[in-house]
Amino acid sequence: MDKKIALSMRGVTKRFGNVVANHHVDLDVYQGEILAVLGENGCGKTTLMNMLAGIYFPDEGKIYKDGEEVVIRSPQDAFNLKIGMIHQHFKLVDRFTAAENIVLGTHEKEQYNLKTVNNRVSGIAEKYGFNIDPQKKIYDMSVSEKQTVEILKVLYRGADILILDEPTAVLTPQEIGRLFKVLKSMKEDGKSIIIITHKLNEVLEVSDRVAILRKGEHIATVDTCEATEASLTEMMVGKKVSLNIDRTEPVNPETRLDIRKLNCVNAEGLPVVKDVSFTVNSGEILGIAGIAGSGQRELLEAIAGMQPINSGEIVFINPKKGRPVTFYHKTLKKVKQMAAQNAFHGWNGKPVSFQGLSNGVIRRLVGSGEVLFNEDEIIDLRGRTPLEIRELGIRLSFVPEDRLGMGLVGSMGITDNMMLRSYRKGHVGFVDRKQPRKLAEEIIQELEVNTPGVNTPVRRLSGGNVQKVLLGREIAFAPKVLMAAYPVRGLDINSSYTIYNLLNKQKQNGVAVIFVGEDLDVLLALCDRILVINSGAVTGIVDARTATKEEIGLMMTRTSTVGEEDA
Amino acid sequence: MNIWLNFLIDSLAFGATFMYGSTGEIITEKGGHLNLGIPGVMCMGGAGGCLVLNMIGKSNLPGALIVILGILGAVTMAMLMGLIYSFLTVTLRANQNVTGLALTTFGAGLMKVIMSKLDATVYLVGPKQFYRWPFAGRTDSLQYLGVLFFLAVIIAVVSSWVLYKTKVGLHLRAVGENPGTADAVGINVTRYKYAASCIGSGIAGLGGFYYIIDYMASPEAYLSLEVFGWLSIALVIFALWRPHMTIIGSTVFGFLFSCSSHIANIDGITVTMAAKPLLKMLPYVFTIAVLIFTSIRNKRENQPPASLGLSYFREER
Amino acid sequence: MAEHKNIVHEPPFHLAKRASIVWWKAWLIRIAAVALGLVVCGLVAYLFSDRLRNGKKTLEDFYYCFIKGSFGTERKLWKFLKNMAVLQCISLAITPAFRMRFWNTGAEGQTLMGVWGAIAVAFYLGGKIPNWLLLTLMFVAALICGAVWSVIPAIFKAKWDTNETLFTLMMNYVATYVVSYFLVVWVPSGSSSLGKLKFGKLPSFGHDYLLIILIVLALTVLLYIYLRYSKQGYEISVVGESVRTAQYSGMNVKKVVIRTMIVSGLLCGLAGYLIGAGLDQSITTESVGGQGFTAIMVSWLAKFNPLVMLLTSGLVSLLNQGAAQISQDFNVSGAFPDVIVGIILFFIIGSEFFINYQIILTRKGHAGREAVK
Repeated sequence: MDKKIALSMRGVTKRFGNVVANHHVDLDVYQGEILAVLGENGCGKTTLMNMLAGIYFPDEGKIYKDGEEVVIRSPQDAFNLKIGMIHQHFKLVDRFTAAENIVLGTHEKEQYNLKTVNNRVSGIAEKYGFNIDPQKKIYDMSVSEKQTVEILKVLYRGADILILDEPTAVLTPQEIGRLFKVLKSMKEDGKSIIIITHKLNEVLEVSDRVAILRKGEHIATVDTCEATEASLTEMMVGKKVSLNIDRTEPVNPETRLDIRKLNCVNAEGLPVVKDVSFTVNSGEILGIAGIAGSGQRELLEAIAGMQPINSGEIVFINPKKGRPVTFYHKTLKKVKQMAAQNAFHGWNGKPVSFQGLSNGVIRRLVGSGEVLFNEDEIIDLRGRTPLEIRELGIRLSFVPEDRLGMGLVGSMGITDNMMLRSYRKGHVGFVDRKQPRKLAEEIIQELEVNTPGVNTPVRRLSGGNVQKVLLGREIAFAPKVLMAAYPVRGLDINSSYTIYNLLNKQKQNGVAVIFVGEDLDVLLALCDRILVINSGAVTGIVDARTATKEEIGLMMTRTSTVGEEDA
Repeated sequence: MNIWLNFLIDSLAFGATFMYGSTGEIITEKGGHLNLGIPGVMCMGGAGGCLVLNMIGKSNLPGALIVILGILGAVTMAMLMGLIYSFLTVTLRANQNVTGLALTTFGAGLMKVIMSKLDATVYLVGPKQFYRWPFAGRTDSLQYLGVLFFLAVIIAVVSSWVLYKTKVGLHLRAVGENPGTADAVGINVTRYKYAASCIGSGIAGLGGFYYIIDYMASPEAYLSLEVFGWLSIALVIFALWRPHMTIIGSTVFGFLFSCSSHIANIDGITVTMAAKPLLKMLPYVFTIAVLIFTSIRNKRENQPPASLGLSYFREER
Repeated sequence: MAEHKNIVHEPPFHLAKRASIVWWKAWLIRIAAVALGLVVCGLVAYLFSDRLRNGKKTLEDFYYCFIKGSFGTERKLWKFLKNMAVLQCISLAITPAFRMRFWNTGAEGQTLMGVWGAIAVAFYLGGKIPNWLLLTLMFVAALICGAVWSVIPAIFKAKWDTNETLFTLMMNYVATYVVSYFLVVWVPSGSSSLGKLKFGKLPSFGHDYLLIILIVLALTVLLYIYLRYSKQGYEISVVGESVRTAQYSGMNVKKVVIRTMIVSGLLCGLAGYLIGAGLDQSITTESVGGQGFTAIMVSWLAKFNPLVMLLTSGLVSLLNQGAAQISQDFNVSGAFPDVIVGIILFFIIGSEFFINYQIILTRKGHAGREAVK
């Protein structure tokens, strides 16, 4: 059957400053097909689509709709051409209801009346098989509900070309299945659908044709039935890469963190972490899987001392048995106190009590490393602030999800960012920039950070480089426990693998690593065990070597509400 | 008439100044712009109205027309100030706080320059009975309420209706909450922001006009105007960003201001010289108390628009 | 047909954020803005000055006034330096708070309370204790009063996130009425104007204003070092950038907020001391005269850098004094300086746009693009 071209782009180029985001891209979309736009993070997929949606304006090139040249300079123009885009970061007003969001920006002749809008929304939802309450506020919605609102928003405007930017990133496998069913039914309805993604299996599952982008350029468009994962990867990355992550067996795992019956509430008083119990062992990577916003962030922040705890325990086991006592984190008074409680022994195995010794002698003995701990330190982290945790000598590193909003200071250079966790050192009131500068230079060199200099604001660096700076600093801290939340989000394949390797190396060094991820394939390949979390509660802990994606997907939604279940 | 009723009516009359100011500020803030220039805008609104009245005050135009032209003069001048503000903050994406402060410095200064050139006997001679329609000529305290007072109430109620019951209001609130979203659905963010800032300023400007011409009706009135602009901004928080709520809030503020002059009329109370400054302090202390109270009772529905104070640039990356 | 559409619809230009700009270009833009602002000032003056319109004065006289007002005579030069020093001192005072993104609009009241503290001590203890002790006590009182006035909003900000802009603003008016209350108490005659006190004057050497100028200069350098090299200064920068980052790095944000506002208040108190003990030996509700607000803009224009602030406070003082001269020579209202400062500020504020963004023209049929300024 001969298909009509719905939309085509010719020679489209877009630059940001000196960066070329898209270079002479040609692309065609037919009526009634699903076209996948495939490419790594940062290859310009989203930028290209934003030019169809009127968010960006191309520097060069032409766009044709149904054979006629068109100029799209605003989202309004895009809507008039019946092009609708569902952005990866949902464009919804949190404080509005679903219906208010859907009707926003539309021009109807009749008087605005929320009731008729509600009815009309329900009608469209029924036609395509969505389940939604038009009067629910967005801030009360789950991620998949929000996505439904976004799709309805586009359909309400009568769009016949739908662009979806990474629609599956935040969904469970079951929700993805449902979404694909809806997309296929819309395709049957004669609509053209463009889906931006970097996940090969989804491309193969849902699309009719695939357009591959690499470094802003259009490489090829192929029929999906003729493509394989390997051929697509090669086109996407430009060279054959092995996508295997070396996973070694944990060596001498010892419990580092023991979390029991942890409960937290958020600022609005709603429970966000519910009765969570698990342990983290040295020399292993514990993955945390779950829908975005299921309590992962609060859980990690609770461990790091940033989230108040309602009940439960967080115990850190500091491996000290047989290791020398230092004054690094302990004062003389504290050391004397511990000695009196028989906490130390000497090289010869005899207990050390410091009875009758002068302070000077004690300092010398401890300083020479001759006094050893009898037992591991067991420290309760409950109710401790991040500063107290550090002062107790607990080497807990944390790579938060919000890199520039929490892990780093965007307007400061790498040097000043290195000081963030260590600037308190020393008793003078002034900061020492020499050591941090040295560390900054080391990290730039070792992790191949691409930056004009140590004082360039980190905000100007690319996502991958920002992450290297952050992870580099946290690793330089020689952690016993390393927590990383979505450390590869938004990174290209090469940077992602650099990060996986860094985490693996930490694991081999005996660090207990917690890895919060969204890509189940990566979680299954990288981790030793995977903890699945849903609405703040643990729904299972599985062995990553034997578990399947479907199994984890089911756990991710196990106790979800009925409404979403049969949407 | 009962002194308490006098007290209430005087509070209402005084309050209209704030009602205009904070309704204007609410509309501006709903578009995502915190306009700290409202005091300057109110000043210039007053100056604009007086400027027109100074030209036509002694003419033979019908009274109603003089009032209308005065109002138009105030609104136009205030909207020009709003235009300066929106050009700087919307088009040039300047820092809103600093722009607002500069606008206040400029507006308050320019008003004094203008007013010093005007003849109070001309602009104040305007047909008083028309401002106080329909109560003109009465001897009880109702004579203090007039067209400009009722206009303030009407504007506050209509603004609430537009903001919460119409498509235009929905769009404006979306712009203030999340301009990126509004832009993505095809709302002209720039146009809405300009409109909100200019219309808001126009309304606020009427407050200055009302205060000088109607409520105070004195040649020195303009010297004490600026502070009511600041209080109008504070009142927005009290009104929880709902224009009709300013009717209550401004009456309370009016009441507190009237205290220092009315309290002496109550039997058994004598106000010493030293107590006067303390009584005058009352509205400000009350505002602080309101600020504290609303911040402690922190509710999601009663928050400022989410993008308040932030500039919007579509191609931000 | 398609061609035609293209011509009609393509936008003539669009905006892009600059990655960076050469420093001299940025300054060129700013200087151009000030120049343009001065032209507009001339136009406004033309509107309001009869003498300018009927030819008794020329526009040349108008612009010469800016020089004459500040540098015309030695007395004027000293006055300029003194005004600049006071403005600089208040601007320095609010800077730590603003670097922390704490919108302290209360410098006016904090400084006024500083003046009040100093004058209150001089009023009650003047002549009863040795002068050096009196001056010391005045100093302490001024600093404490300034700090108290700034720490109250800070505590509420830290605890409940109470809107600090309006809180500090209201504190200004409370301060005004505190002063006017004491004026009634101190001057029972009912005139409410306190004459020059006999005691509690800062010693002077060289010139009456020299000591104050030197103190402010030293303070500028000290504050620069504090903000740039001290641990507390680092904490202020981090809290200002992101509260979450500060919590993550283990800072006690509430403590930093309160401590920084105390620093801010102490410096305001110091400014008050300089006004009270160094210059006026008296107090009115207008002792600070709106400089608390002007200081916000001075500080912001300098990007909160104490050294650059010398430039911006100098500029604003120059404009103020020049405009004051103009209002005298050209017979316009005494509020004219505010108008001039306002106009120039609009232009400088607006010029930041051309420093941060570039305008890209769309050239039809051409591959290239043109960047303007």
